[in-house]
Amino acid sequence: MLKRTPLNEVHKAAGAKMVEFGGWEMPVQYSGVLVEHRTVRTKAGMFDLSHMGELMVSGPDAMQALQAVTTNDLSTLEEGRAQYSILCLPNGGIIDDILVYRLPEGYLLVVNAANTEKDIKWLQEQLKGDVKLEDRSAETALIAVQGPLAEEILQKLTSISLDELYSFEWTSGDVAGVACMISRTGYTGEDGFELYFAAERAVKVWEALMEVGTPLGMVPVGLGARDTLRLEARLTLYGNDIDETTTPLEAGLGFFVKLDKPEFIGREALLAQREEGVPRRLVAFVMEGRGIPRKGYPIRDEQGNEIGVVTSGSFSPTLEKDIGMGYVKASLADAGSRIFIDIRGKYRPAEIIKGRFVQGHTRRRTG
Amino acid sequence: MYPSELRYSEEHEWLKLEDGNRARIGITEFAQKELGDVVFVELPEEGTVVNAGDSFAVVESVKAVSDIYAPVSGKVVEVNDALNDSPELINEDPYGEGWIAVIEVSDVAEIDSLLTAEQYQQLVEE
Repeated sequence: MLKRTPLNEVHKAAGAKMVEFGGWEMPVQYSGVLVEHRTVRTKAGMFDLSHMGELMVSGPDAMQALQAVTTNDLSTLEEGRAQYSILCLPNGGIIDDILVYRLPEGYLLVVNAANTEKDIKWLQEQLKGDVKLEDRSAETALIAVQGPLAEEILQKLTSISLDELYSFEWTSGDVAGVACMISRTGYTGEDGFELYFAAERAVKVWEALMEVGTPLGMVPVGLGARDTLRLEARLTLYGNDIDETTTPLEAGLGFFVKLDKPEFIGREALLAQREEGVPRRLVAFVMEGRGIPRKGYPIRDEQGNEIGVVTSGSFSPTLEKDIGMGYVKASLADAGSRIFIDIRGKYRPAEIIKGRFVQGHTRRRTG
Repeated sequence: MYPSELRYSEEHEWLKLEDGNRARIGITEFAQKELGDVVFVELPEEGTVVNAGDSFAVVESVKAVSDIYAPVSGKVVEVNDALNDSPELINEDPYGEGWIAVIEVSDVAEIDSLLTAEQYQQLVEE
C-alpha cells in the first residue's frame, strides 16, 4: 500500500498522472512536464513535497550530537537560517543529503522521502547524549512555490515582509491564516519558498495559493519537472547522483564537508580521500548533437574505453539540448573535456561543462 | 481515438496499408498519452530490413525511453525526418504528421494478424 500525502485527492481531481516514488503515490505531471518546467522558469510553479521526512532533534546535547553525524558545521548555523548538510557512513559513503533548520526548540532535519526510515534508524543508533529524536513527517505538510513570481504570489497570503527574507533563511508566519515555517529555499535553481505546516491544513493552503497564483500564471508541478529543473540547476538527486557508494568529495559537495570539525562520522575516510585525491568526479555535460543520456549509460573516451557512468540525464527544456551528469575518472573530468556517451551502442560526443546548465535567479544576502 | 481504417499492434503501434505493399507506421493516441511530452525520436535508416517484432526506432519522452517495434516484416523505405526537429508532432498528431516510417511489407498477409481498431480499443481499456 503506497503512502499518500494530504493532497492526494486534490492532485487526482486536478487530473494529475500519479506514480510510485519512494513508497509514495505522487503526481509526476499535471498538464505536461515541459510546460510545467518552463512555467517555473518564467512564472511560478507549486509542488506538493509532503512526502519528504521531517525529523526534530532536541535536548541539551542536540547540537553536539548532530555535529558528530553531519558533515557541515552546525556551530555556524544561526537561528532563522537553513543549512545543507550530509549524513555519511564511516567510509564516507552518503547516507542522505539533508536540510537542517535551527529552531528555538532544536534542529529540524528535512530528509529524502525514500530515506526517512533509514535515517531514523541511523540517527537512533548514532546520536549520543541527552537528545530526543522525533519523527514529524506524518503531521507535517510541505508545499513549495518556486519561480520568479513566487514572492509576489506568496506575499498576497502573508503579512510577513518576504523581501526581507533571503536565500536559506526562514521565519515563522501565517500563510492564508495557517501557521507556517516560511523558508526561502528550493530545489529548482529559481527563487522560491518552501512552507512547512500542519498536515491537516494542507488542502486549505494549496487552494489559497492556487487562487492567488493562477491569475499570475502559476501551475501545479509534478515530480517529472522537479527532476528536470533540479538537473538544469546541477543539483544532485539521492539515489541517482549520490548514494552510499559515492562520497561528497567525489560528488563535488566538498563545500558542505567541514573537515576542520574535530569529529564526525566519515571524517577519517574523507580526510584520506582528500589526501590521495578522488578516483572519480561527478561532472555535468552537454551533448553535442541529439541523444538523451540516461542513468546507467556508460561514458567512454575517444578510443571507446569505459571511463565512467551516467547518473542523471534528460532533455533540457530551457537549453533545448540534451544534458546529463555522471561520474568520470578524475584525470579525465576537467571542464571542456570531450567525452562520449554510449547510447544504445552508439558513442555520442558531449562536453564537460563548468557550473550549472541554467543559472536561475535566487535572492542571496550579500555583504 | 482509434481510426477504423488502421491496424494495431499490442505494442501500441498503428499501421496503415497505402498503395501496394507500403505501410505507414506510427504510435497510437494511447501510447503518446502514456509517454507524455516526446522530446526525441531515433529514426531507422532508410533501407533497413526489419522482421516483425524488431525494435526499429526509439521514442523518448522526458522520463521514458520506448522501443518502437516493427509490426510487420519488410524494408524501411521512408522515415519522417520532420520528427528530428519537431518530436512533439507525435503528441500533437499521432496518426497524421506524427507518423514514424513507411515499411515496404514483404508479406501483406502478415497484416491480417494485427488487431482491428475494435480489438485494440478492448486491449487498452483492460
